[in-house]
Amino acid sequence: MKLVFEKSVPSRKAFRMGPRDVPSSVSIDESLLRKKPADLPELSELDVVRHFTELSRRNFGVDTNFYPLGSCTMKYNPKVNERIASYPGFAHLHPLLPQLRMGGMLTQGALRVLYEMDRFLCEIAGMDGFTMQPMAGAHGELTGLMIMAAYHRSKGTQKKYILAPDSAHGTNPSSAAIAGYEVISVPTGNRGILEPEEVRRHLNPEVAGLMLTCPNTLGLFNPHIAEICELIHGVDGLAYYDGANLNAIVGQARPGDFGFDIIHINLHKTFSTPHGGGGPGAGPVGVRADLVDFLPVSVVVKRDDGTYALEYDRPHSIGYVAPFYGNFGIILRAYVYILMLGKEGLKRVSQNAVLNANYLKEKLKDHYDLAFDGVCKHECVFSPTQAMLDNDVHALNIAKSLIDRGFHPPTIYFPSIVREAIMIEPTETESKETLDRFIAAMIEIAELALSDPQQIRDAPVTTPVSRPNETIAARVLDIASIA
Amino acid sequence: MPFIANTDAQRNEMLAEMGMTMEDLFADIPPQLRHDNFDLPAGISEQQVRDKLADIAGTNMISLTCFLGGGFYDHFIPAAVYALMSRSEFYTAYTPYQPELSQGTLQAIYEYQSSICRLTGMDVSNASLYDGGTALYEAMMMALSATRRRKVIMDTSVNPIYRMMIRSYTENLAIALAEPSCEQGMVNRDAYDRLIDDDTAAVIVQNPNFFGCIDDFSDLAEMAHRRGALLIMSCYPIALGILKTPKEMNADIVTGEGQSLGIPMSFGGPYLGFMGATKKLVRKMPGRVVGQTIDKHDQRAFVLTLQAREQHIRRDKATSNICTNQALCALTAHAYMSLLGKQGLPEVAQLCVDKAHYAYERLTAIPGIKPQFRGKTFFNEFVLDLPCEARYVVGQLIAKGFAAGFPLSRYYDNMENALLVCVTEKRTKEEIGMLAEALESVL
Repeated sequence: MKLVFEKSVPSRKAFRMGPRDVPSSVSIDESLLRKKPADLPELSELDVVRHFTELSRRNFGVDTNFYPLGSCTMKYNPKVNERIASYPGFAHLHPLLPQLRMGGMLTQGALRVLYEMDRFLCEIAGMDGFTMQPMAGAHGELTGLMIMAAYHRSKGTQKKYILAPDSAHGTNPSSAAIAGYEVISVPTGNRGILEPEEVRRHLNPEVAGLMLTCPNTLGLFNPHIAEICELIHGVDGLAYYDGANLNAIVGQARPGDFGFDIIHINLHKTFSTPHGGGGPGAGPVGVRADLVDFLPVSVVVKRDDGTYALEYDRPHSIGYVAPFYGNFGIILRAYVYILMLGKEGLKRVSQNAVLNANYLKEKLKDHYDLAFDGVCKHECVFSPTQAMLDNDVHALNIAKSLIDRGFHPPTIYFPSIVREAIMIEPTETESKETLDRFIAAMIEIAELALSDPQQIRDAPVTTPVSRPNETIAARVLDIASIA
Repeated sequence: MPFIANTDAQRNEMLAEMGMTMEDLFADIPPQLRHDNFDLPAGISEQQVRDKLADIAGTNMISLTCFLGGGFYDHFIPAAVYALMSRSEFYTAYTPYQPELSQGTLQAIYEYQSSICRLTGMDVSNASLYDGGTALYEAMMMALSATRRRKVIMDTSVNPIYRMMIRSYTENLAIALAEPSCEQGMVNRDAYDRLIDDDTAAVIVQNPNFFGCIDDFSDLAEMAHRRGALLIMSCYPIALGILKTPKEMNADIVTGEGQSLGIPMSFGGPYLGFMGATKKLVRKMPGRVVGQTIDKHDQRAFVLTLQAREQHIRRDKATSNICTNQALCALTAHAYMSLLGKQGLPEVAQLCVDKAHYAYERLTAIPGIKPQFRGKTFFNEFVLDLPCEARYVVGQLIAKGFAAGFPLSRYYDNMENALLVCVTEKRTKEEIGMLAEALESVL
């Protein structure tokens, strides 16, 4: 397919500017101007629309078909969320309005959404205060760690290390390093979970905290979670809950009740906001009562007269992590989703997510190697069998074969502690019929891997491109078409 | 239940096939850690939620005529932009880890990176960052890593919100941050000559700066480079339609807020942090990067590349912790830039300049109002020196239907009477005239 620039025709225009109702062409000194215009495309509106439509047809979304990408929670994104986010009262609202004199009264609706979302998330997570500012999960991690650092500074203690299990998302150690900490990677035990004994072995007085996903990236809930949080508290560390997998327990249990002090929630996972091909997401951060003072400014409060206001004067705050109130349009979508599902609906979310994952696990465990047997939560992790590997069929080949059968592949090669991991997360919005079709495809692939491995190794054959060469991409490094 | 497919009968059927109950599926959570009494409202229908949110949206005041800017702008957005970013093949997809199923997203990001390079003049760009503020922070971290130094100089004419963000982010790090005061709304070269030393990693400036003034930082780039420091510039992408590019000034890293490229204001987000850099710095760049390659049939194809910099590979040694970025916003900006095109973007920029200068003439002709920085070249924002406190004037003009601008006293000392006024291409001559009359009437 051609690049948009290659379709350009000199002097063609899509857009009529205007109106020009003021005297024209104020001249700015030439030394301050660019020498020639930026070489952007010259196209008609229809040219542009067809180009993007063609691009969209070379993409796969949840609306296309089943998208069981492990740890990403690719659930359905309700259309009503999009509709409401485009209401002019939200979409056209300037973020600086509340900073004008009495300006908070101009944005009462938006402040109400932020305030009520704070209350909802506090209740769901068992926390005492939230900030909506973090603009993605990893941004939430960094914010949480900055709060952790502020807490330790306020107590005058010198802390140096963050513990994180070896099965953690890469963002955990990366966020810890960027926040100024050294990371201690704690090995996962034989049962697939972090064992309290291992935590104890790696503890020392300089440990600032622990970052943990629960259920973890293997889909396993850690029954010793409360004990582990207590161990961390024993050295005056803080326990950080990475909410990437909250979908598995929402409406059933609360991280705050486990003993966690800080949490981030990926709204684009548990609360159905679209993943956008890689963002925008939102990663609100919640904290227990004695950490509320450290939350970023501004903080939304409800006054006695029922109006909402922003507080900026908070001397212990870590300051600003976003220019305003976070990805408001995303927070709004999640708010709509919570309102629609309500208390009973959220409980059904985790029930169906866990039911679907266990159903897949049970149906596939005779055909692939299951990393850890037993009840899983929202996802399960398989590996190719030894016989498949002997036939040179790897997780990648299985993934590509699923593409030819109309499915998006699961996450592969993560977590790295499992050999050739195939990490499947069906989510609650998928039906039994869809799961059965996927199971049939997986079983067919497992059989072909033994009877006709070449067919599996050749996949995919139905896509516009097949097996793009990543080595050439890295060597040539063509990352921009510059005229 | 909305959005959940399985019927009760199917749930029971699946459980029966597994020989389990729903309680068995949650038996791994210790009973004392379960919570059953959530204080949340009961669910409501789509009709109810739409009515409720329409009411809530109605309490937001969007009818004010907007002369408010400060880095976040009310530009016109063509209908086609919204139509294209609303295609669900784009917005319901995730990170393009399976390139065969993601050529749409991947090619769009590659083209977006190309447009950012063409707009800024820089050699390389990435797939986007969260917003202009975090992009500036990431640029600073890049410079610290590339130079292995630990001092950063950031001008007070840089957006004060971004400066506060950077102060927060550096609180727990061993970084020395200096913020020299600007002089008459412009970067004070003498201060930099004194401040830049052998431990300086970067100089951070903005163009047009927070007051709307346009500068040529070529001399500052030279001053920085002479001492081994990098020049980082935060830019307003619409202004780049006509202004001298960061590349033409020899900047090393350029960042900015991409909201003005077709993204609605949405009360602060989601927005778009863009970044461009010199080729030399490409391996220090944060976040995802898309590269062109060929597939096994030698056809053009696109993939994520340079992943060895990223958190999912390098973990605590990664250049940044960013994972999810703002892909859909990048696609939106790319659609906007494609629709406006080579001629349209400079036209919008020039129209902003013309309307802002018309407003400047009208407003500074009002008795008692003077320009704060006389004789300075500006883009589409300028600062007025009012005869009384700006925040009160703005408050009075809200009652008359105007968001008249931003009072600078919120972020700058001794500027109680200073009002930052912004004029985009959307404002009409009539609206500017009405603002002038309203302003005159309250003084």
